[in-house]
Amino acid sequence: MTGVTAFRWGQSAKLAFVLTIEQAILDEIVAHARRDHPDEACGVVTGPIGSDRPVRHIPMENAERSTTFYRFDSLEQLKVWREMDDRDEEVVVIYHSHTATEAYPSRTDVSLAAEPGAHYLLVSTREPESTEIRSFRILDGVVTEEPVNAVQSYLFGQTPNAVDYECRS
Amino acid sequence: MAIDVRIPTILRSYTGGSKAVSGTGDTLADLLTNLDGAHPGLRGRLVTPEGGLHRFVNIYVNDEDVRFLGSLEAKLNDGDTVTILPAVAGGALGFAAAHALRG
Repeated sequence: MTGVTAFRWGQSAKLAFVLTIEQAILDEIVAHARRDHPDEACGVVTGPIGSDRPVRHIPMENAERSTTFYRFDSLEQLKVWREMDDRDEEVVVIYHSHTATEAYPSRTDVSLAAEPGAHYLLVSTREPESTEIRSFRILDGVVTEEPVNAVQSYLFGQTPNAVDYECRS
Repeated sequence: MAIDVRIPTILRSYTGGSKAVSGTGDTLADLLTNLDGAHPGLRGRLVTPEGGLHRFVNIYVNDEDVRFLGSLEAKLNDGDTVTILPAVAGGALGFAAAHALRG
């Protein structure tokens, strides 16, 4: 393990510690995770640069096709990253599922976290009836959980319809 | 011979914040050595102490992953674009552990 766990991307940025996201996108992410279960599912939600607003959901191939790890297909990643550049977008959310364990970043997730501006969203599909969804910032190897603020629409921001997911621990 | 090199956010501390820099080299290895002159430390984030391309870095020449082009020996031509992206990877079980289990 040492070769991998000793490796870490350096990161620093000033960030908001809450993920505000449309319920419809969360539903799509959960559907993707359920569809790929028991393999881990992964993907991104992109948004305008600097907006911290996830608007475009892109499910990605898990090139590893594994129940315990994931990696974006390198060529698909290049294509998606170029599209983002063309649209003046950036990665706002990087998500993946854990299919037999809790929705909390593993040591591997922490060592390989390389997008300093992204919210790392984890979905656990270990329970068939309920899906655990939690969001984290991962900076310089430090994991900080943040609330997931699900809204009906970004147009209205914090509406009475907003649901704050309780952080389970 | 100029090669355009796209730098990911996480490595822009080595390029003074620039998204793209220019370098020269007949191969990817030469280019990274050349870039390290102007941007010290950059090469060390991409190449392991043993001299191989880091496993969790993706480097592309134009539209191809260099892993399919000979890795650090990938040939470069004037006008090529080299793109560096950190791999997006992780999972419940460590990669090393998983690969060990697979034998």
